[in-house]
Amino acid sequence: MVLKLHGLSVSISTARVVACLHEKSVDFELVPVDLFACENKQPEFLAKNPFGKVPVLEDDDITLFESRAITAYVAEKFKETGHDLIRHENLNEAALVKVWTEVESKQYNPAIDPIIFEFFAKPVVGMEPDQTVIDASLEKLKKVLDVYEARLSNKKFLAGDFYSLADLHHFPGTFYFMKTPWSSLVNDRPHVKAWWEEISAKPASKKVAEGMNFGEV
Amino acid sequence: MVLKLHGLSVSTCTARVVACLHEKSVDFELVPVDLFARENKQPEFLAKNPFGLVPVLEDDGITLFESRAITAYVAEKFKETGHDLIRRENFNEAALVKVWTEVESQQYNPAMEPIIFEFFAKPVVGIEPDQTVIDASLEKLKKVLDVYEARLSSNEFLAGDFYSLADLHHFPGTFYFMKTPWSSLVNDRPRVKAWWEEISARPASKKVAEGMNFGEV
Repeated sequence: MVLKLHGLSVSISTARVVACLHEKSVDFELVPVDLFACENKQPEFLAKNPFGKVPVLEDDDITLFESRAITAYVAEKFKETGHDLIRHENLNEAALVKVWTEVESKQYNPAIDPIIFEFFAKPVVGMEPDQTVIDASLEKLKKVLDVYEARLSNKKFLAGDFYSLADLHHFPGTFYFMKTPWSSLVNDRPHVKAWWEEISAKPASKKVAEGMNFGEV
Repeated sequence: MVLKLHGLSVSTCTARVVACLHEKSVDFELVPVDLFARENKQPEFLAKNPFGLVPVLEDDGITLFESRAITAYVAEKFKETGHDLIRRENFNEAALVKVWTEVESQQYNPAMEPIIFEFFAKPVVGIEPDQTVIDASLEKLKKVLDVYEARLSSNEFLAGDFYSLADLHHFPGTFYFMKTPWSSLVNDRPRVKAWWEEISARPASKKVAEGMNFGEV
């Protein structure tokens, strides 16, 4: 069965899974979910994800949600194809992938997500961005990126000298962030900048970026 | 080498790992970190976790941080002993554990943590709880618990009819929450209440609870 991914290509969480599927060279069908029409709050969708959020992955006899659970599933199920995103043959490397995946989830994303929301999403529905929220988030993000700068000074990627799920999870949010007026937070940190350029040059990253035209309506 | 866990028994994140170590019957040494003296911001600690947060796990040749990465490592490394927390022999069950582990991380914890912080942590340093923050968090938490109530109506535990890491991760935060004036959010939902009673009756849960005397100073 061809995997079905319910979501929207412009959505960061959906893009996170799409990038992973591309890295693993896995065929899938992207089934659009009309968020503006609140399709995600209808019973048919809630039966797939009771939290009413995209993305949702349907495979043979399983339905999954939460983008980082889906990428972990895909990376594990298709561990023999495409890029090894989870270092499944080395327990210590696999552990470091888990650590830096959690860092993206608990440190990086909470700092970057409000900036994307305020700057891109609010104007789409006619609301003014809240600069106080943006400023507070930028301060948090700077601290996280300082840690990344130090980390990437002696490692090529976050979990080690290998591209992994930990780096991949950063791609969609950072892609949008680099279109904001505050991209200098990345560009002024030489190792973070080099890391960003490397991960966005990957074919899978370029492919998923094609669908991420949120700021260019 | 006996595992060294740097942290504090009253910290929910440290307790999350302690509960997992008990479930897996793994020996470890708890090395206290003096958060009040800001030991976690000193260079020696930052060398272990550049984000300056507890807990940190030291094992042969590796240092890990982020509690949910540590529990995943422990559950994988010691998969042959104690309780099977990750359903490693059933691919679909393992995937559902990942989904509901992400739910705790992305939906439950962000709703619950501010309540614990406002109600327990602030008074310790002489600051008044912010009731607006608590109220907003309670509204979020109710919605999450409604989903749990439905989920637990057809599954004994969150990922399926088996206790897993997904349930375990909820224990420490919920333990404190049940000591707040808003425990009715759990007690008024019969399936959630039954689930809570079941997971807190486990020997490992009782053991970790012994060190969690935050509200009883």
